[in-house]
Amino acid sequence: MSVGGIAIDARGVNKWFGEGDARTQALRDVSMQARFGEMLLIVGPSGSGKTTLLSVISGILRPESGTVSIEGVDLWQQPNDAIAEFRLNRIGFVFQDYHLFPRLTTVENVAIPLILRRRPWDDAIAEALTYLDIVGLKNRAGLPPVKLSGGEQQRVAIARAIVSQPDLLILDEPTASLDGDTGRVIIDFVKHDVLNDKRCIVIVTHDSRIFEYADRILRMEDGKLNGIDRGGVR
Amino acid sequence: MKGILRLAFKLLVNDSAKFTALIVGITFAVLLMVEMTSLFSGILNKSSSTVINIGAKVWVMDPAVQTIANSIGMPDYVLDAVRSTEGVKYAVPLYSGVALVKLRSGTYQAVTVIGLDDASLLGRPTMLQGRIEDIYAENGFIAIEDTEFRKLEYPKLGTDFELNDHRGVIVGIAKVASSGLFGTPTLYTTYTRAVQYIPSTRFTTSYILVEPKSAAAIPHIKAVVNALGYAAYTREEFVERISRFYKYETGLGTNILLMTTISFIIGLSISGQTFYTFILENLEKFGALKAIGAKNRELVAMILFQATFTALTGYGLGVGLCVMLITLAKLRIPDYAALITYGNLWLAFAMVVVIAALSSYMGVRRVLRIEPFDIFRG
Repeated sequence: MSVGGIAIDARGVNKWFGEGDARTQALRDVSMQARFGEMLLIVGPSGSGKTTLLSVISGILRPESGTVSIEGVDLWQQPNDAIAEFRLNRIGFVFQDYHLFPRLTTVENVAIPLILRRRPWDDAIAEALTYLDIVGLKNRAGLPPVKLSGGEQQRVAIARAIVSQPDLLILDEPTASLDGDTGRVIIDFVKHDVLNDKRCIVIVTHDSRIFEYADRILRMEDGKLNGIDRGGVR
Repeated sequence: MKGILRLAFKLLVNDSAKFTALIVGITFAVLLMVEMTSLFSGILNKSSSTVINIGAKVWVMDPAVQTIANSIGMPDYVLDAVRSTEGVKYAVPLYSGVALVKLRSGTYQAVTVIGLDDASLLGRPTMLQGRIEDIYAENGFIAIEDTEFRKLEYPKLGTDFELNDHRGVIVGIAKVASSGLFGTPTLYTTYTRAVQYIPSTRFTTSYILVEPKSAAAIPHIKAVVNALGYAAYTREEFVERISRFYKYETGLGTNILLMTTISFIIGLSISGQTFYTFILENLEKFGALKAIGAKNRELVAMILFQATFTALTGYGLGVGLCVMLITLAKLRIPDYAALITYGNLWLAFAMVVVIAALSSYMGVRRVLRIEPFDIFRG
């Protein structure tokens, strides 16, 4: 990867859902790029295709046509196992509902990507503890996620997403379940402590309060890119 | 993979309510399955106890005999004919019957009387007190010290009793490998004394015990006996014949099979349902793992490990509990028939494997079908 180089290059992406009369086009010839060192927001109304786009560029949802290159690798030309391996090694995910395992401790939740990468258990836990420290929750390591506040759970999810040091970080509606202040604290943390020159962050959001943190904003409507704004006042 | 399995283990056991329900379901099913089949094994074992205790290699009997208890007397010429058959080393008569004895206390007690061949005492028990030759003493009987021994009011050497107006005296106390099914104490005496003391039919030989010269001679002996209109079985065949009678002619086998099947269905229902619910509740999390980069085979390995761990733990607990219950039962009820055999354990194990396989199959199907995109879509 090169600083400021292209992290994601999507070209002519089309995606349909459903069959027959119910068939609808979720993405219409979408082309976009994201660069290292950039926090890119994808915004738009519900049903505009932003989550679909996020899924396509992160190797989760196969498009009907078009290409997605991540760091020069044509993602959808790879076999499924290779795509899963790519996600595991290169992409960090923060899901809207966090999807933390309530039966595991906080630190075990953070260690999951490392465990999936076959790191020895104790090593993975030690590494996860470091990342919990980074997100300021080392003292909560032994607690189950349900004992944490929404903001804390979000930070645990971020720690889990960055523990394997991915080049690309995908956040789906990261502030949707948080109050305004907590949401801003989280995004501020992502912007200043997680984003660096060797990492690209893509966020799907409805939340206009965090637009100010974006370096660029892709606006979507009816499955099409409807404009690109520059952000980055903070 | 070790770390992934450890993850699966923690996900399973940390959900203590479901884990407990799973373990209880399988433990309960295994307990019932092992208990039922052990009872059946115990009953079958006891039903063949005389055959096991006497230990003769070949038994000759009336073809209508189905169990050791319902012997039909054979005329003496059969014994002579068997003795003169080529390949027979020796053949001796055996009396087996039931009598009522009057004990010193005045109570009447039904007993099984085994009359051993006077000359050879073939099939004699292992002596604990007294000498086997004392069986020839006047009115001599040997009492078997088994779970029914107490019903003879714990006789000692010299204790006498009354049998069909004859005096009987305990001249020895012995043990045998297996006690009988019908809860009656056993007395051994000589063949002559048995037929003399016990009211009997015209023909008195219950069985003829045959020692063949070699195993190769057995088919010929059987053919000769069949030609006489009687039946000859090896020890194993006779035990099998008795077992078959109890399995198929008494309804016992059907009832036990039914109970075992019901136990299996209960186990499958509780465990299958609970495990499936466990998978459903974690379905989104499995989807999240897929999105993060877990491969299908890793998720399948997690589910199979969880099912296997639960099944084996439940199996171990179920067998342990069953052993404990049977041991306790035998302390309270000495002639409790249950007998845990390797066959019972394998059967229960096979059923537990089926429960685990079916439970995990449903879970695996759901997990394989979930798409990571569903996680984003909510």
